[in-house]
Amino acid sequence: MFDFVSFIPQAVIQGIPLLYGSTGETLTEKSGNLNLGIPGIMYVGAISGVIGAFFYEASLPSPDAINSVLAVMIPLCSSLIGSLLMGLIYCFLTVTLRANQNVTGLALTTFGVGFGNFFGGSLIKLSGSPMPFLALSATSECFCKHLPIGDSTGWFGKIFLSYGFLAYLAIVIALIAAFILRHTRVGLHLRAVGENPNTADAAGINVERYKYVATCAGSMIAGLGGLYYVMDYASGIWANNAFGDRGWLAIALVIFTIWRPNVGVLASMLFGGLYILHMYIPSGMNLAVKELYKMAPYVVTIIVLILTSMRNKRENQPPAHLGVAYFREER
Amino acid sequence: MSKSTTQEPLFHISKRGALPWYAAWGIRGIALLAALVLCSLITVLVTGENPFKVYVTIFEGSFGSPRRVWVLLQNIAILLCVSLAVTPAFRMRFWNIGGEGQMLVGGLATAACMICLAGVLPNWMVIVVMILASMAAGAIWGAIPAICKAKWNTNETLFTLMMNYVATQLVAFFIIIWEVPKGAGKIGIINQATEIGWLPVVGGQKYLLNVIIVAVICMAMYVYLNYSKHGYEIAVVGESERTARYVGIKVDRVIVRTMILSGALCGVAGMLLVGGTDHTLTTTITASRGFTAVMVSWLAKFNPIGMIFTSFLLVFLQRGAGEISTSFGLNQSFADILTGIILFFIIGSEFFISYKLNFRHGAKKEG
Repeated sequence: MFDFVSFIPQAVIQGIPLLYGSTGETLTEKSGNLNLGIPGIMYVGAISGVIGAFFYEASLPSPDAINSVLAVMIPLCSSLIGSLLMGLIYCFLTVTLRANQNVTGLALTTFGVGFGNFFGGSLIKLSGSPMPFLALSATSECFCKHLPIGDSTGWFGKIFLSYGFLAYLAIVIALIAAFILRHTRVGLHLRAVGENPNTADAAGINVERYKYVATCAGSMIAGLGGLYYVMDYASGIWANNAFGDRGWLAIALVIFTIWRPNVGVLASMLFGGLYILHMYIPSGMNLAVKELYKMAPYVVTIIVLILTSMRNKRENQPPAHLGVAYFREER
Repeated sequence: MSKSTTQEPLFHISKRGALPWYAAWGIRGIALLAALVLCSLITVLVTGENPFKVYVTIFEGSFGSPRRVWVLLQNIAILLCVSLAVTPAFRMRFWNIGGEGQMLVGGLATAACMICLAGVLPNWMVIVVMILASMAAGAIWGAIPAICKAKWNTNETLFTLMMNYVATQLVAFFIIIWEVPKGAGKIGIINQATEIGWLPVVGGQKYLLNVIIVAVICMAMYVYLNYSKHGYEIAVVGESERTARYVGIKVDRVIVRTMILSGALCGVAGMLLVGGTDHTLTTTITASRGFTAVMVSWLAKFNPIGMIFTSFLLVFLQRGAGEISTSFGLNQSFADILTGIILFFIIGSEFFISYKLNFRHGAKKEG
């Protein structure tokens, strides 16, 4: 029998980093910026949090003296600052300097992954650990705290109440983002900027400001995904390249949800489930088949991409000016 | 402050006409210099070494020994091959960022021929089949997004991106099927004893054949894009699909045909890696060249001859940055940081080539 009670929580914690990444990328794409730097930004978000936590832990006389408010706030803030800077680099190049978005995004990913692995490697060296990873278990414990009733309510608690606060925050942020996009004036303006910046500009919307704010906010949200991954999912253990291709999966998720963060809440968990499905399907000794199961999220995304373009419904399309720089004097 | 200065902004931006090539390359050169200064500053901060030593180290990374020069040439050749491959697609504004996946399936097809046909066919026939198979595999991988783009206008950037990971998993699947020894999780050198399916060594240099092949492809691509009917059609589709339809170009056919070519060439690049030099297959054999190629092609403004320089530049910098990491005892990822910074500068410099800042008159007085 398929073990849902252990499978669902696993799928959820796999899905949360993707949810952060895709919510951030959705906001960014709605402003017409296709930010392929998201994988790099998530790396930077993660390592910035790790750097903050590392120095906080190092400054403590003993691990028991940890103040749980500081232990959460310091990594959180440093993570937000790190990913904000990445967002600013991207905005400056693509919005102010009107560089090609694909090229800038890819360069940002190279930079971000390098940044993460370099500082990760340096911290591992600094900590003098003989293992190729860095453990911040005291900080991680503060991030992983969940409601005490989660343990006493059986399967219900396990499926709904067993996560750290960042997991719930991801869902809240996704729902807020969905609400802003659909039901507020700011959201309307943002969508206008992504659909047709010329018209938006003519209507008196400050296109550059919307692009900056949406992209930087998106980067910070995506950076939290990196922080969640390392502090909660990986229990505070940083190892180089452990984050893997989750950043690209987050971009896939944006398409899968047809640019709707509220759909992302469930879809991210579905993706998380697909990502780990290979561990739950009995394939005996045939390890090769597991590699094919790992293909599932990407194949599903491709199918969604084709289907939405085939049906060609207007509300399901990517923003019309996605990936195109805006220059007022150009017609 | 007088009233007029508060009304007019400090500068406004306007589009430039075409700059002469030396001015454009001058701007890029300045950006590169600025990037190198920043990179050496960072390196000096991290290591405390003399900045000139840093530059010497960058240079040594590529030209320190004959072997390094050959490695440099080999890396340029493969990167240039992928860049040439994605260029026709870019010229028609089809953002093929799936070079990575197209290379991987090309390499996969090559490895499949080497493993399955060894002993079945004579060596020369294995190589011929291998070349054809890798081209076909790459072409299929490129054609799938192209057909969807042509038929339903599916977003090709996202589609080709996803195809990369499908290819990676496919390769991972076959690696486990073919792994030697069982449970090792890798293939190892294919046909090490018999050397079946290995491309011949020309002139006693392992990498020379790749360099020659890519040089030929480069020339052919230059002619194809600039002097053939196909090349012209690609340019028209890139400028405006509507114009292309109006003059009777079958846009759908051009898109699919160009992507088949693009994918097939990426497949060749994969074949050169697997059959020509590495003789093995891993999921990371492409070393993100499919993505780097996007930058190479874009920096050269999609000009095949310019790409020789831009691919040289990127490989040179990457190897230089790598050499800095090893010789100053930093970890290898430091190279990625430096490469990223250099790319940011070069990408940013393009702005000053296409646009001009018009400063307000009298702005100097204020400063």
